[in-house]
Amino acid sequence: MIAAGAAFSWNPVTDWQALTSQSFMRNALIAGTIAAVLCSVVGSFVVLRGLTFAADALTHVGFAGASGAVLFGAPPVAGLLTLTLVAGTGIGVLQERLRGRDVVIGMILVGALGLGVLLLRLSSGYANQTYALLFGDILALSTRDVVVLGCAAALAVAGTVAIFRPLLFASLDEEVAESRGVPVRVLAVAFMLILAVAASAATQVIGALLAVALIVAPAASAQRLTHRPVRAVAIAVALGLAIVWVGLAIGYWLPYPASFFVTSMAAITYGVSRALGA
Amino acid sequence: MSASGIRTQDSVERAPPDAPAVALRQAGVRAGGRWIWRNADLTIRDGEFLVVLGPNGAGKTTLLRVLLGLVSLNAGSVRVAGEDPRSARRQVGYVPQRRAFDRDLYVRARDLVALGVDGTRFGVPLSAAERRIKREMVDEAIEAVGATAYADRAVGHLSGGEQQRLLLAEALVTRPRLLLLDEPLASLDLGGQAQASGLVASVARSRGITVVLVAHDVNPLVSVLDRVAYVAGGRITAGTPDEVITSQRLSAIYDHDVEVLRDRLGRIVVVGLDDSESHHD
Repeated sequence: MIAAGAAFSWNPVTDWQALTSQSFMRNALIAGTIAAVLCSVVGSFVVLRGLTFAADALTHVGFAGASGAVLFGAPPVAGLLTLTLVAGTGIGVLQERLRGRDVVIGMILVGALGLGVLLLRLSSGYANQTYALLFGDILALSTRDVVVLGCAAALAVAGTVAIFRPLLFASLDEEVAESRGVPVRVLAVAFMLILAVAASAATQVIGALLAVALIVAPAASAQRLTHRPVRAVAIAVALGLAIVWVGLAIGYWLPYPASFFVTSMAAITYGVSRALGA
Repeated sequence: MSASGIRTQDSVERAPPDAPAVALRQAGVRAGGRWIWRNADLTIRDGEFLVVLGPNGAGKTTLLRVLLGLVSLNAGSVRVAGEDPRSARRQVGYVPQRRAFDRDLYVRARDLVALGVDGTRFGVPLSAAERRIKREMVDEAIEAVGATAYADRAVGHLSGGEQQRLLLAEALVTRPRLLLLDEPLASLDLGGQAQASGLVASVARSRGITVVLVAHDVNPLVSVLDRVAYVAGGRITAGTPDEVITSQRLSAIYDHDVEVLRDRLGRIVVVGLDDSESHHD
């Protein structure tokens, strides 16, 4: 969707140089890589815990947060992280009561989306910002955005690794995990905080409306390809990276949004894994 | 981390060996402003097979949750293997009442059982030595329940009976001293019920495990149980089936005219309760 530095050639070396020669593209690749790793790891548990809809709602809440930040002249990533973390805590605490309450999550989702539109209308630069937040504008990320994203993602991945086994236990067999002393409620809230960071990262790469694809597609595909939990996370990360890198690269050379190519890659990956897997 | 990081029951400091598996003294639990049951005295010997019966909502699952340390008593005391239930968790295996796993659950059966070993542990993965011990524990538990043939398949793709065997393996993997099973026969047909109760009984006997099994129907269990406990009308009454499952005792427990019939095969039929509380097939 931008004027490329150099035309596509079939020489991978010159293509790589072209891709990384401009700072906006370097930032985009780094942010995409961070988001792919984080979303694939976190998404594995989103799929196991059946939280796809909650993840989607969080990305929309993030849209409202980013819009609010824009209105008050703050960086969008600050509003994005703040509001998704608050909403993640809320959903985590209320999870017992929200379970199966798709209506409640759905209302939060559309409410946040509507609020975001209002907040953006109140600020200037309405159309551009709206488009960027809803559908993603990874090429517009600043170095500061990437640093904030990287730090939050590092914390979130480290947190997931730290609670990996108890979280897996609680996700597969909550009652037995609880009987063995696993703090299942604390883990549920902790995981929603981690998911909030992942939702923010995905929103920055492909926008609030499409973000859930980056969270769910790599993990759901990987779980079709292996039955071993740790291996499934590793495959999800590999697929997530492939989806983002290929999507961004195509988006670089073709005059269409990178978000479209990333989400198409995600859908194709899931379709192929369904055909190949058990 | 050392290999002793995975603790089996053998390495856990044991309570006095003469302590009974379970001891409830004048125990009571309140919920929603009323007593679910109270003044309960129940001692379960080591190695005993106790079947818990009673109407829905009488507090059978609550009894199990008290023994797991998930529900606190409002009166009296409870000891599991001579300890507070929370401290005894490592010595207790639990199979909750459940519906089947989601068909979309693409996790190997073996990995589910393995969570019984180290699923409670935070932090980085196990060392190679720990992994070897874990694999041996998992293999042994899976073999004990006869699930080796399908241990590498996805849990969601197994039948209800197969899933149940794996849940039993998950409960057995830490070599517990006490096994708590909540309605394990509920979703099985008659043949499956006989098979499952026989499996639980033989594993428990060979390992000296105490069993507390909540059931709806006593008949598939008559040949394996030692005692029954009725949870009904706010009380817990325990004894041998001949002592407890009599017209007179059940009429008193339910405060209602109840008649107990036995057929030539020793099957027990309780007449006079509504369907959900009776013991006929």
